[in-house]
Amino acid sequence: MIKVQNLAKVFGAKRAVDGVSFSVERGEVLGFLGPNGAGKSTTMRMITGFIPPSAGTASVGGFDVVAQPIQAKRLVGYLPENAPAYTDMTVHGFLNFAAEIRGLTGDAKKKAVYRVVEMCFLESVLHQSVETLSKGYRHRTCFAQSIIHDPEVLVLDEPTDGLDPNQKHEVRQLIRRMGEKKAIIFSTHILEEVDASCSRVIIIDRGRVVANGTPDELRARSDWAGAVTLRVGGLTGAAARDQLGRIPEVKHISIVAEDPSGVSVRVYPKPSATRQLARVIGEATHGWRIEELHTEEGRLDEVFRNITMPDTVNAREEKE
Amino acid sequence: MNTWSNIRTIAKRELAAYFSSPLAYVFIVIFLLLCGFFTFMVGGFFERGEASLVRPFFDWHPWFYLFLVPAVGMRLWAEERRVGTIELLLTMPITAWQAIVGKFLASWLFLGLALVLTFPIVMTVNYLGSPDNGLIISGYIGSWLMAGAYLSISCFTSAMTRTQVVSFIVSVVICLFLILAGFPPVIRLLEGWAQPWLVDVVTSFSVITHFDGFQKGVLDTRDIVFFGSIIGFSLFTTSVILRGHRAG
Ligand SMILES: Nc1ncnc2c1ncn2[C@@H]1O[C@H](COP(=O)(O)OP(=O)(O)OP(=O)(O)O)[C@@H](O)[C@H]1O
Ligand SMILES: [Mg+2]
Repeated sequence: MIKVQNLAKVFGAKRAVDGVSFSVERGEVLGFLGPNGAGKSTTMRMITGFIPPSAGTASVGGFDVVAQPIQAKRLVGYLPENAPAYTDMTVHGFLNFAAEIRGLTGDAKKKAVYRVVEMCFLESVLHQSVETLSKGYRHRTCFAQSIIHDPEVLVLDEPTDGLDPNQKHEVRQLIRRMGEKKAIIFSTHILEEVDASCSRVIIIDRGRVVANGTPDELRARSDWAGAVTLRVGGLTGAAARDQLGRIPEVKHISIVAEDPSGVSVRVYPKPSATRQLARVIGEATHGWRIEELHTEEGRLDEVFRNITMPDTVNAREEKE
Repeated sequence: MNTWSNIRTIAKRELAAYFSSPLAYVFIVIFLLLCGFFTFMVGGFFERGEASLVRPFFDWHPWFYLFLVPAVGMRLWAEERRVGTIELLLTMPITAWQAIVGKFLASWLFLGLALVLTFPIVMTVNYLGSPDNGLIISGYIGSWLMAGAYLSISCFTSAMTRTQVVSFIVSVVICLFLILAGFPPVIRLLEGWAQPWLVDVVTSFSVITHFDGFQKGVLDTRDIVFFGSIIGFSLFTTSVILRGHRAG
């Protein structure tokens, strides 16, 4: 549904987006991650036809956003960053306007407004002026606007920004549910959301795609992935380090905590041995009083840091 | 068909926005007070001893509009850009032209409404004597066209900036030029040193010169084309400016 090829945007001397390519099919929810200023919003603005690309193409449902903007825009629902809305209207008036401009009239319009009011929990503020809404409600109002025509493609720029935990949960569920029938792309800084609603993740940094895969694939890139943490009673750190260090599959050992009663150790595997480390350790440590042992899953936040700030991460590790 | 319904939707929203803020009411009240005061007190309506509305009433319009119309037009795009709703508007399935025309029409209709509300003055004149109502109607048409020309200029100055005040000042300056180019004292000054053809060129840019015909009851195509082309040109400039912003 969404196809982006070598998309680039140059502002003055700055390359905000620099050759981004990806595609999103119906039934997919694509999470768009990246540090501040990476070019997420700029990419989304090009897909929705708000700003023209400097180079490359974007198309929605087969319609090029530059050559056939109206057809492309009809298929898209868009929640811009910061959720702008006309402050001089009531929530009801605003949603009616959004429905009308999407070509809905009469009964269909009424139904569409009713549907999104219910989905976004806006009944209580329906006749309040947008200007006096709290941030979260304004966000929900703008979100409601983006789904009012039940679009096939949704582009959501930080859809859960400013929502309370319950609403965040609702929106994630909603995205996940809608994602079964639509093509959705949303950006976020909250990594839990990736697990809660994404089927695929793209990380961009300084205008380029630096990672693209399922959440599990990304997690597997973590140094933590497959690491084993164990607590052993009646052993010193030095002894543990010594014995574990002899296992050929082990790459690196760190002592997490040490006290007179025992020691906690984290053991990192060599890349070839990510899946079997726990078993190998079990075999190699006969006679140890193992009180706790578990395999780490790998953490998205660490993968994110590794990918987007490799220099600083490496520098810190060397210091340790 | 689709084009018109889009334009209508935009215009409807824009009109509703005027009336949901005090701006609309303040504007109308001030405009009516000014019209009444200048026509009957300053314009020497009674001293003239004739039941004519043309000079004492319409002569002031270019000057009223100089401040009032930019006040109406300044928010059109500046506010849209400041709040960020322009990003919503221009990602809807409409063309930028439909948005520009819809917004312009809404404000122009609003100005038309303010103008229509001056009808008590016309009734007073008709009560006091028997004026040439044809002249009055043509004066109204001219006044509305002139308001549209000013408005289109505010529209493009509004697209240039996020700040309404800047938009207001720039459009007052441009409109002031359009008035002064045909203001008799300025023309006299010009005639002192410039070639006659140059004086003609300058005065041909003036709204006063072109409004004069309407006040005389002459619906000259050239005058209509003059106002129409200011509107067309300014709206076109608006679309160029908006495209420029987005291209970055
Ligand atoms: N209109 C503009 N003019 C000039 N530079 C711009 C413009 N819009 C964005 N940029 C620059 O482009 C870069 C990418 O911005 P963008 O808003 O896409 O980042 P982002 O990934 O959405 O960041 P965030 O997580 O903070 O929302 C930034 O460096 C920004 O300063
Ligand atoms: Mg952003």
